[in-house]
Amino acid sequence: MKEIAYAAPRTVADAVAALKQANGNGKAFAGGTDILVQLREGTRNADVLVDLKKIPEMTEIRQLPSGDWQIGAATPCHRIESTVPFAEGYPGIIDGVHIIGGWQIKGRASLGGNLCTSSPAADSIPALIAHHAVVKIVGPDGSREVPVSEFCTGPGKNVLKPAELVASFVIPAMLPNSSGCYLRFIPRSEMDIAVVGCGTTLTVEKDTIKQARIALGAVAPKPVLAEEAAAWLIGKPATIESFEKAGEIARKAATPISDMRGPAEYRTHLVGVLVKRSLMTSLRRLRGERVDVLHDKLV
Amino acid sequence: MVEPIDTTMRLGRRSFLKGSGVAAAAATVAGTMAEEVAHGADAAPPSSGPGAVEITLSVDGKELKSSIEPRVTLLDALRDYLNVTAAKRVCDRGTCGACTVLIDGKSIYACSMLAIEAQGKKITTARGLMKGDELHPIQQIFWEKDASQCGFCTPGFVTACAAVLAKNPKATFEDMKRAVDGNICRCGTYEQMFQVFEQLTGKGA
Ligand SMILES: Cc1cc2nc3c(=O)[nH]c(=O)nc-3n(C[C@@H](O)[C@@H](O)[C@H](O)COP(=O)(O)OP(=O)(O)OC[C@H]3O[C@@H](n4cnc5c(N)ncnc54)[C@H](O)[C@@H]3O)c2cc1C
Ligand code: FES
Ligand code: FES
Repeated sequence: MKEIAYAAPRTVADAVAALKQANGNGKAFAGGTDILVQLREGTRNADVLVDLKKIPEMTEIRQLPSGDWQIGAATPCHRIESTVPFAEGYPGIIDGVHIIGGWQIKGRASLGGNLCTSSPAADSIPALIAHHAVVKIVGPDGSREVPVSEFCTGPGKNVLKPAELVASFVIPAMLPNSSGCYLRFIPRSEMDIAVVGCGTTLTVEKDTIKQARIALGAVAPKPVLAEEAAAWLIGKPATIESFEKAGEIARKAATPISDMRGPAEYRTHLVGVLVKRSLMTSLRRLRGERVDVLHDKLV
Repeated sequence: MVEPIDTTMRLGRRSFLKGSGVAAAAATVAGTMAEEVAHGADAAPPSSGPGAVEITLSVDGKELKSSIEPRVTLLDALRDYLNVTAAKRVCDRGTCGACTVLIDGKSIYACSMLAIEAQGKKITTARGLMKGDELHPIQQIFWEKDASQCGFCTPGFVTACAAVLAKNPKATFEDMKRAVDGNICRCGTYEQMFQVFEQLTGKGA
């Protein structure tokens, strides 16, 4: 790794100032699980690392008076899943957070870093999109809000402009009779990259689907919404048959590549399976059942 | 990821440290550039480096100081600057777990963290789990069950197990397995390792 300076600002404004001063050669540094490897391999370059972990606003999780939750972008996954009231309310987001690496990675890897690396297969993103999460971006020209669904623009690419930071995520309060789920297909039980990922949220009243949202990972250059499938579900009965049909429709939203993790046809097939299982799990959860997606049998 | 710059430096520095003690070494490689304050139009906050800066780490109950560049990982600082070698360097990219240490009780890859960020935190290596020359109970069981072959992965597995048991003394066999998701044993001693977990979780004889 080439020589690098280190700054540990205490405020978001100072972090932005440090990045601006580095003039394109500064990199935000949260858990370092992606950036340190990239710097060592020379796939990324930096003169200054700006550590975000000493900024209180960026490492806090709190519920806002509106009922929405705000998660600092540098908060490690481990802390998110250990924050019980959040974890109980948003099992679908926890499904994604929980499978990012083993314990050692989870103690460091942040939600902001997972989003900003902008891998099409990032495990936290589909569920965040399904939950309508929004990021607050702060930069030299002030702050703006961007839905997570519009953040990534391609593999490793996103809407951040020079010296901009993701300061926090806002996750809207859950509607009544709603829950979510994220499922990832990998050929083993852990420590692998998604062949396909699927995040869903579902709102059901009297067995009728009122709202649904489906986001897919690893089947396009960036995480995508399966809008047609979600729209089809509205007003339909909350049954496995409906979810199966939604899965079929969702396949159209997938434009996967073939690579060592699987050919495109296989990925497209998996989309249908995961959409069905993820919606079914959301349904079981909104009816009060606790479902451990890594160990329970899913239909 | 292979760093061509300093393989020999590392060895040189380490054997040098062995002979002369950390403090003396620190004096000779003393910071070329200490804390430097950046003055920009936007008053950016102070930054350290890129030259070596004075770094103090609390390792296995001891305060160790050395002059270390900010780019140096905690693992390299421990092994090459402070002569603490219980954490092993295998992949050096956060995938094998050989470098696992406890940071304030949580298991973390030392190769994926900078030394400069580890200041003010309590760092425990597998060596620090011992009381003097007496093995920690987890280490004792690893030894009894013969759960290591070459032994390179062992300190990492031991610290990862220590972290989960400290958090939850009633950890189950499944919890133990998950706690070592991020550790790999190339020699394949998993069979014996499972016997260790059974004993640690009160299931085994
Ligand atoms: C062994 C291993 C297993 C893994 N398993 C998984 C997995 O199963 N699923 C998965 O999705 N990922 C996995 N990952 C990748 C995962 O660890 C990262 O994507 C992680 O979430 C990145 O967060 P970080 O805090 O470590 O980011 P860093 O490495 O600190 O930063 C990553 C990038 O984002 C930028 N950045 C960070 N925070 C911000 C911010 N707030 N604003 C602007 N830019 C920012 C940095 O400049 C850098 O370019 C794994 C990694 C390893 C090493
Ligand atoms: S050496 Fe750190 S994880 Fe392999
Ligand atoms: S004993 Fe050799 S790697 Fe585990």
